[in-house]
Amino acid sequence: MTAIVLYGLRESLRRKMFAVVLVLTVGFLALYAWGAHAAFRDTRGFVGTGNENLDPDALTGAIVQGLAMFATLFLGAVLSVFLTLNVIRGDAEAGLLQPLVVRPVGRARLLVARFIGAAGVAALYVVGVYAATVAIADWAGGWTPDRIVAPGLELAAAVVVVSAIALAGSVFFAPIANGIGTLMVFGAGLIAGLLGEIGQAIQSQRLQHIARLASWVLPFDALYEDALHRLTVDTTGFAEYVLKLGPFGGSHQAGTSLLTWSVVYLVLVLAAAVAAFSLRDL
Amino acid sequence: MASVLAVSGLEKRYRRVQALAGVDLAVEPGQLVGLLGPNGAGKSTLVKIACGLVRPTRGRAEVAGAPAGSLAARQALGYLAELFRFPGWMTADEVLGLHQRLAHSRGAERERGELLELVGLPDARGTRVAAMSKGMQQRLGIAQAMVGEPKLLLLDEPTSALDPAGRRVVRELLEELRRRGTAVLLNSHLLSEVELVCDHVVIVDHGRVVAAGTPSELRREGGVEVETASGVRKFPVARRADVPGLVRELVAAGEDVFAVRVVTSTLEEAYLEVVE
Repeated sequence: MTAIVLYGLRESLRRKMFAVVLVLTVGFLALYAWGAHAAFRDTRGFVGTGNENLDPDALTGAIVQGLAMFATLFLGAVLSVFLTLNVIRGDAEAGLLQPLVVRPVGRARLLVARFIGAAGVAALYVVGVYAATVAIADWAGGWTPDRIVAPGLELAAAVVVVSAIALAGSVFFAPIANGIGTLMVFGAGLIAGLLGEIGQAIQSQRLQHIARLASWVLPFDALYEDALHRLTVDTTGFAEYVLKLGPFGGSHQAGTSLLTWSVVYLVLVLAAAVAAFSLRDL
Repeated sequence: MASVLAVSGLEKRYRRVQALAGVDLAVEPGQLVGLLGPNGAGKSTLVKIACGLVRPTRGRAEVAGAPAGSLAARQALGYLAELFRFPGWMTADEVLGLHQRLAHSRGAERERGELLELVGLPDARGTRVAAMSKGMQQRLGIAQAMVGEPKLLLLDEPTSALDPAGRRVVRELLEELRRRGTAVLLNSHLLSEVELVCDHVVIVDHGRVVAAGTPSELRREGGVEVETASGVRKFPVARRADVPGLVRELVAAGEDVFAVRVVTSTLEEAYLEVVE
């Protein structure tokens, strides 16, 4: 098991795509630092400090951190998809998988080990980028989220769920189809979350119902929204209202049942992937 | 002694295609069996079922007494796929090291060195796969299949990317495996190669075994040629047992006999006869 996990980790870290994501991340963090610094400075100018109804630093901090969370989730999802999209069918077509599968390892262990390797890299990446964005917000405006650790972990968990979906897809689909499909599913989940916020704003029960259903079918969006919610869980007043209408899907408390379901969902997706892989001729 | 590979009534259907239609086959310990057949005959499917990559539709396949595909069966075999690749970033030593861990081999560095020596890559230990020629990769693939001293080696076209020198190395390697008592199922298109090294040959066509036996059993006598003073006389239906009588008759008829040759078909001719 460890041998396959290490193999998967090395495979993940050696891909050119990983280097590209790292370069993009450095670029993103540099721009984020510049933008956050300017945002904090400018909002203090036009809102003014000491406003009883609106804390400009809290508002700016939560908005820029929310944007950073979206960017982090997006980069993490892209990374996780590219690390897992070819694990089964792609590697089998390339002839990389057969020498490993015939060893006395077991297909289930092989699949889970590859998942741990890829999802582990993606999750660590997300936690690292999230920590960097929190540090940048603190440096730029002296603002830190109301909860620091939990949002990062939830963001990482969301990416782990995306990894599991891509891994399961890799059993059935060729790499390109799987990559496109998983990213479309990822986009659909985020859009469903956004629809829910719009439904809340215009008081459309149907839109909210659709969003709720999507949260159960694709729980990574629920994890993302819950992470956003925890950023400003203690914030009140006008800032709280503005933040709920966040630009890339507002914050929304997932609740214990949805968070528990995310874990069950992950297990179910992996179990389905293992079952399908066990029956697959290579 | 129990067969290392025992296959009976094996069938495999891929949707509308019947790849195997009831194959019976046995490979005994230390035996080198050549598997021949035209493209699409079902040879690779048979090998893949034996190593657990493909599930049979019907029938039974056992490796070292365990159902094919089970952990115990996989523990007992080594496999070289027809189309395989190792990650380009790994060195030869790392590839073998990974497979040692997966095969629970305790051979460590000594085994890796020996295997690379056996396949003619003694200096490639630190060479990355990406820097290797196709032939070197194929040799590394054979070394990988031998990790953990398996009881049964399943080699699917092991010499397809090798030059004549490389093929010779593989032939010598197969001889060495025979000496060590390792059973080998060799799937190859190179009849001359099979004829040279295999103890037993199985010819498969349309998913069925159409001929089996030792190479000499499969080769057939195809007449007798007698060199006389008046030229070469051919007796197409005569057999070895007919030679003394033929010579007597020719001498009695006043012919001077200089040489007699019993014509036998090659394995290739025997093969073409059963698959065409």
